[in-house]
Amino acid sequence: MPTEILLAIIVLLLPLAAFAVQIFIGKRLPRGGDWVSLSAIFAGLGISTYLFVTRMLASGDPDLSYHWSARWIELGPFHIDAGINLDNMCIVMLMVVTIVSAFVHLYSVGYMKGDPRYSRFFAFLSLFSFSMMELVMADSLILIYVGWELVGLCSYLLIGFWYEKDSAADAGKKAFITNRIGDFGFFIGILIILTYTGTTTLSGVFEGVAAGKLSGSMLTIASLCLFAGAIGKSAQFPLHVWLPDAMEGPTPVSALIHAATMVAAGVYMTARIFPMLTPDAAVIIALFGGFTALLAATIAVAQNDIKRVLAYSTISQLGYMVMGIGVGAYTAGFFHLTTHAMFKACLFLCSGSVIHAMQHGLHHIGDHKTEPQDMRNMGGLRSKLPITFWTMLIATLALSGIPLTSGFLSKDAILGGVLQYAIENPAWFILPVFGFGAAILTAFYMFRLIFLTFFGKFRGPQEAEAHTPESPKTMTIPLIVLATLSIFIFYSPNPVSPESGWFAKLLPAPESVVHAAPQGAVVHDEIAEKHVDAPAEEAVLHHETTEASHREIVSEQGHGHEAAAHHGDDHTAHSIAMVISIIAALTGIFVAYQTYYKWKISAAAWQRRLGILYRGMFNKWWFDELYHATVIALMLLIARIFAWIDKYIIDAFLDNTAKVTAIYASVQGWFDDHVVDGLVNLSAWIIDQFGAIARRFQTGRYQNYVWITAAVVVLVLIFQIF
Amino acid sequence: MSPLTYMTFLPVVGIVILLFIPRDRHNLIRWTSAFFTGLVLIIGAVTWVNFDPSKTGINQEGGFQFIDHVSWIPAFNIEYFVGADGLSMPMIGLTALLCFLCIFASWGITKAVKGYFIMFLLLEAGMIGTFVALDFFLFYVFWEIMLLPMYFLIGVWGGPRREYAAIKFFLYTFFGSLLMLLVIIAFYLNTRDPVTGAHTFNMLDMMNQGLQGDWLKGGTVRTLMFFGLFIGFAIKIPMVPFHTWLPDAHVEAPTAISVILAGVLLKMGTYGILRISYPMLPDTTMQFAWFIAFMGMVNIIYGAFCALAQKDLKKLVAYSSISHMGIVMLGMASFTPAGINGAVFQMFNHGCVTAMLFLLVGVIYDRAHHRFLVYPKDYPEVELRGKLGFGGLANQMPVYSGIFALAFFAAMGLPGLSAFISEALSFVGAFPTWQTFTIISVFGIIITAGYILWAIQRMFLGTLPDRWKTLSDINGRELFTLIPLAAIIIFLGVFPQPVLHMMDATLNYLNEVVMLGARAAGM
Repeated sequence: MPTEILLAIIVLLLPLAAFAVQIFIGKRLPRGGDWVSLSAIFAGLGISTYLFVTRMLASGDPDLSYHWSARWIELGPFHIDAGINLDNMCIVMLMVVTIVSAFVHLYSVGYMKGDPRYSRFFAFLSLFSFSMMELVMADSLILIYVGWELVGLCSYLLIGFWYEKDSAADAGKKAFITNRIGDFGFFIGILIILTYTGTTTLSGVFEGVAAGKLSGSMLTIASLCLFAGAIGKSAQFPLHVWLPDAMEGPTPVSALIHAATMVAAGVYMTARIFPMLTPDAAVIIALFGGFTALLAATIAVAQNDIKRVLAYSTISQLGYMVMGIGVGAYTAGFFHLTTHAMFKACLFLCSGSVIHAMQHGLHHIGDHKTEPQDMRNMGGLRSKLPITFWTMLIATLALSGIPLTSGFLSKDAILGGVLQYAIENPAWFILPVFGFGAAILTAFYMFRLIFLTFFGKFRGPQEAEAHTPESPKTMTIPLIVLATLSIFIFYSPNPVSPESGWFAKLLPAPESVVHAAPQGAVVHDEIAEKHVDAPAEEAVLHHETTEASHREIVSEQGHGHEAAAHHGDDHTAHSIAMVISIIAALTGIFVAYQTYYKWKISAAAWQRRLGILYRGMFNKWWFDELYHATVIALMLLIARIFAWIDKYIIDAFLDNTAKVTAIYASVQGWFDDHVVDGLVNLSAWIIDQFGAIARRFQTGRYQNYVWITAAVVVLVLIFQIF
Repeated sequence: MSPLTYMTFLPVVGIVILLFIPRDRHNLIRWTSAFFTGLVLIIGAVTWVNFDPSKTGINQEGGFQFIDHVSWIPAFNIEYFVGADGLSMPMIGLTALLCFLCIFASWGITKAVKGYFIMFLLLEAGMIGTFVALDFFLFYVFWEIMLLPMYFLIGVWGGPRREYAAIKFFLYTFFGSLLMLLVIIAFYLNTRDPVTGAHTFNMLDMMNQGLQGDWLKGGTVRTLMFFGLFIGFAIKIPMVPFHTWLPDAHVEAPTAISVILAGVLLKMGTYGILRISYPMLPDTTMQFAWFIAFMGMVNIIYGAFCALAQKDLKKLVAYSSISHMGIVMLGMASFTPAGINGAVFQMFNHGCVTAMLFLLVGVIYDRAHHRFLVYPKDYPEVELRGKLGFGGLANQMPVYSGIFALAFFAAMGLPGLSAFISEALSFVGAFPTWQTFTIISVFGIIITAGYILWAIQRMFLGTLPDRWKTLSDINGRELFTLIPLAAIIIFLGVFPQPVLHMMDATLNYLNEVVMLGARAAGM
């Protein structure tokens, strides 16, 4: 086993051990055992950084890979291996997870102080860190699924952490079940892939696909099934409804799980299966992502709860990443995942700091009615919470895609990819519309949040304003670190292009293994081999389908990530995209500035003017209501119908059978008593009567016997004669 | 003598000793029962360790281990023939473990203690005997021996509607047994011992298609034979629509008996199909495999939806059992290594998980004397009607809630816990053979999450009503019954191979037997 793998296993198991300690004896440890979880995750961060610097950066090898696996399940001919695949993508994810997790742990020390279940909170954070890293390191779909479910469990436990509140318990349940709907697809996808390729290890699956074991529409279906899992986990339309409700959880949880890491797992998985995406699957994925990006942005505009704005913003940004991967801008999509993790975690933690201050103020004056998360009650907090303000501003700039931030680099890369895809496939012009539309809205709603929270006058109860202190150091240090990591320099020396940065160099898009993709010589060689190996008929068929898809690709100029040849276009598209996206962001900011800083544009007037559109945005386009009225109602109805059938048909049939049997038995009993037994008695009675008659002859007098004998003799003689 | 024979008859020795103990010495009676079930468990553990997983069993005597094979009733060529293979060994181990733990779960029984434990030990003897028997007559005898104590345990020590439930259970399963008896006689009269030429009850001979008489070769006859056995076993599984005895029996049975019922007795159904129907009628099995898979799917979906509608926690667990046994049926009808191994592993895991669930339901019932998730509309106390039965227990009984959550998550098939492996394997195995059925079945995992999370919320989350502020958390004796099962569930969730390896050779061979048999019959 290579050292790197060993280190990875240590990183993986440290939080698990911390979880075990915390759940069993955490309460009895000093400080609720928070130091156990903290040391585990910071050690993990140290080791990950070591791997990142000495292995990944030092080698500069985009194909860096350490792999180790062991047989997990063996059933004669059938077996499943479990292993760790440590490549650049995995190391980057490890960095993301450990950085955010470590600083969220630190932040929680301040934020969760005094909570009655303090140590259990850290136990769950540790369990989450373990599960997330298991997901990231997994070398097979089935192991990804394992981590996938476990992070879902942690999410459930942490959303419902304050389970005394019904809304929190409901939200946890909703998150889990909504995710399960996606998991249903994910699992079916695994079943299809395992059935066709005989393995679930990613490398094995790609080999199988390359060898043509799984191809055509079945391959499209399989990858879309897997993507269904991502729709659930990464809160894409139409399964996005759980994420805003997930904000019921403590804010550090929202930052770690529901912004930076777990919700990105869907994007991560989609990126992992990138090589096997067919053009059809890819465009569908892009459409889901793009539509989600715009849809969520429209909702975010109309929300007043500070965390809900951020939640919808997360959905929207995840949509960007998914769209990026769908159009083939693989590196850009994954890059955005990384940068977004930092600045979105920062934003959530900042919002936590704001809420913390608001709660403090409201608590001080004994006000339990004013909602501390409602931005309408905030305002002017800039001077009270300077660190929070500045860090949040940096992260907001990053999210809005303003130059010099990491978010600008990654978002622009995605938009460039999308634009280029649309230039090559004009039929899908809608994708850049989604992308740039969402970009305007993003800048608008984020600066709306900033202006409403930090500028103007405090709109809550006046007495509370004086008691909104800046958060303690444990909470502000994470803000500073994450805000710092939202600056371009950590990703690329060039503030306007990620090309020269380590990310672009070390994480190029992997080559597609799908036959239909125009891969030039490689594919043709394989087809040639097929011609030799396969029976003629099959080969011809294969050839035809390949050619057909070839034509399709040529006509559509296919899959963007194959566009290495179009490098020139690439640059043009990116330059155009950059200009448009900067204009878009500035427009959004300007409108927000006019509306919520200068108060020159009346939001209320526009709300009236937009009418149903505004109501739709405000009411999240009624998705919850729709689902309640249809899917959930239907499920409960079926349950009631089945229970009714059980009771009133199946069981009633049984009970009635029993009753009928009993009635039949009593009828038969009567028959037995009166008819059968009556006949028996009758025959006895008849015999008895005969006996009574016969008895008359038995007189015991000899003379009677003589007379009878004589009479009989006479009778016999008479009969004989006649 | 085979350790299996010891395991079968040690409980009987225990019964004899119990007979000599005065009826009011309750603790002595309990500890004596614990001693004998413990002894069975120890022997079971030693047998488990000495078991050679490479031997394949099923239809060759040489493939079995720990064999005892002697003549019992020579006039009818009935033998005492027991042995274990990879199919029965996990079941034997499960039975021994659950029986031992259930003695401690029965500690609270105060009514006719002596009678209870005598019946319990008789039940254990019957169950182990059924799993080890290789003579069809002997199998039937043990099968019926199980019925009787179960009838009394529900009918005497059960809840308010115990008599109804007990009679329903008895008549239903007895009906199945009679169908089975007919098939046994038919097989007996049409199978001849290869050596003596006499009729034989030897199951392995019956599996040898060459020894089956011409009458048994007819298509209609085989179909009738198959369904005769199948209905008998399906009632035990229980398969929809023969399942309605189960919720009633569970609701009325005392905790330990529910555990045995769900943990072991239900497995008799699928065990019987695998042990008897599969190798004896391979071609017919193959012909109706779609039906088994289809009914498995029906069980999964129907059971899950019914569970979603339940207001009584114990009924919910009972319906979840129906749903999870459907996975066994689906897996075993696939004839793939993953499917059949997953199915039997699911039998084992479901035994552990559902045992935990019933034990946990018992814990709350002992304290609160009810187990409604939601009080029914006809509840005597009017103001409680339609209200939540509990709520907020997580704060009052944290350890209990934690363990319950673990068991519930195991039932939900959460990775890291054993049931995930077996469910996933069953689906993985079933998919290539029965695609549509499997896809619909996998849909069941969503409903499962629904009813389980809803139950968790109604029981443990939210705020605690005042009337439950006196409930005490789980005690040491109860923990003692739960922790071994929890440990097994977690261990097998991470390292399933120890149990899988025990059975894979046998079950893969069983697959082969069925497929070869079907092919030989021209299918």
